[in-house]
Amino acid sequence: MAVREGLLSLLSDGPRYGYQLKTQFEAATGGIWPLNVGQVYTTLDRLNRDGLVGELAAAAETETAQKSYELTAAGREALGAWWSTVPVDEPPPRDELMLKMLMAIDHGRDHALAVVTSHRTALLGLLQARRREARQQTAAGVTPPHDLLAAQLVHDALVVRAEADLRWLDLCESRLLASGQPDRTDGAASERSEPAGPTARPTPARRLTRKARR
Amino acid sequence: MTDTPILQFVDVVKSFGAGVAEVYALRGVNLAVDPGEVIAVMGPSGCGKSTLLHLAGALETPSAGRVLVAGDDLAGLTLHQQAALRRRDVGYVFQRLNLVPSLTAVENVMLPLELDGVASRAARGVAIEAMHTVGLEQQLDRYPDDFSGGQQQRIAIARAIVGERRVLLADEPTGSLDTANADQVVELLATLPERFGTAVVLVTHEPRFASYADRIIFLRDGSIIDESSASDVPPSIEPLVGMLR
Repeated sequence: MAVREGLLSLLSDGPRYGYQLKTQFEAATGGIWPLNVGQVYTTLDRLNRDGLVGELAAAAETETAQKSYELTAAGREALGAWWSTVPVDEPPPRDELMLKMLMAIDHGRDHALAVVTSHRTALLGLLQARRREARQQTAAGVTPPHDLLAAQLVHDALVVRAEADLRWLDLCESRLLASGQPDRTDGAASERSEPAGPTARPTPARRLTRKARR
Repeated sequence: MTDTPILQFVDVVKSFGAGVAEVYALRGVNLAVDPGEVIAVMGPSGCGKSTLLHLAGALETPSAGRVLVAGDDLAGLTLHQQAALRRRDVGYVFQRLNLVPSLTAVENVMLPLELDGVASRAARGVAIEAMHTVGLEQQLDRYPDDFSGGQQQRIAIARAIVGERRVLLADEPTGSLDTANADQVVELLATLPERFGTAVVLVTHEPRFASYADRIIFLRDGSIIDESSASDVPPSIEPLVGMLR
C-alpha cells in the first residue's frame, strides 16, 4: 500500500481536510506509519491532478479556508480496484533474512548454521519478551481499549511473522544438516566474519556457565 | 529459590549401540534448572531432546556424566529409589496421553500416590486438589474417553504434578492438540512454577509455546548450541520490541 491508497480509503467515508487525513491515517495504521502533513498535501495534489479526488467547491472559493477533499467517481473506482487486488509475492520479495541466509550458505554450512542460530535466538528472545509482557498484563487485569485494535493487529502481525521466520530458519537448519554441504576450508573461510549482529552474544558455553546456578 | 538446582546435567553423554554402530544422542550436556524455572528445549528431530528428558526422569541412564535431581545423583539411586523418584519428585507428560481408560479421571490422578502407598481416601483428596489446579474438579468421575484431547492432557498434567512434585518434564505435550487446547495446556504448565514452585522442562517444536519459558535452549546433534531468554533481547532488535508494546 502507498499513501495514495490510504488516503483514497479514508476519503471513501466522506470529505476530509489534509490534517484530518494525516491523523486518521496514522491511527488506522496502528501508529507504525507516521505521516508528514506535507506528504498528505503532495499526494492529494497528485490525486487531484489524476482526477481521483476533488477539492470541495466551498473551500476552493476562499484562499484562507482549509481545503477539504472528496473522492470522485474515478477515485471510488480506483479504490475498488485496489481492494480487490490480492498481493502476491511474485517475484519473491527481497526479504532481508532470506537474502542473508542465502549469502551465508555461500560461506559454508557451519557459517550458515551459526547465522541460523543467532537469528533464531534473537527472534525467540523477542517472542519471550512479548509473552512475558502479555502475561503480566493479564495478571494485572489490563485489557487494551477497543480503539487500540489497529495497534493490536500490528502487534499480532509482527508476532506471527516472527514465528514464520523461526519456522523458516528451522527449515534452513534441517536442509543444511541434510545436505551434507561441506564447510568451506579455504583461506576465505578464516577471513569471514562470524555473525555478531543482530545478537552479538557471548558463546553458549560462556552463557551456560553464567546461567548455571551453583 | 534455593542455591541448589532442582535438575542438573553435568557433562552428560548418552550413546546407543557400540563400535562403528555407536550413535551419540547427547554429547557433553551441561544444564542447571532452578526450582520454579520454565525451560523450553528446542531443536531438529533427532537432536537429543527426548533423550534429555528420559535422563532427567531416570527412564534412561547416561553413558557418562551425572544427572542430579535436587542435588542427588541419579546414578547413586537403586532402581527402587529411581521408581520412587518418578512417583514423588519428577512428573512426566507425554505427547500421547497415556491415561488408563478403565479408570476415572480422578482415579488416574490418584494412581501414582496409591502406587506410592498412600491410602485411597487421602490419595483421592490430593488428587482432587490436582484436578482443581487443572480446572476439571467438576468432572472427577468421568472416564478419559468422555473428555476432549485438551482435557485429557490436563488430566495427565494433574497426574504428573500430584503430590507436589518438584519437576515436570513435558515431551511435546501439545503435539496431539488443536491450537486452542494447546494454548490452554501450555498456559497451565506455565502457571505451575508460580503456584507450586514446580520447575518445568518443556520439549517443543513450537516457538509460540517455547516463548512461555524463562529460558529456551537449543540442541543440535546432541549438544546445546545456544540459549535465549526474554532478558537477552539484543539491542539491534529493541526497536522491534518497542513496536510490539
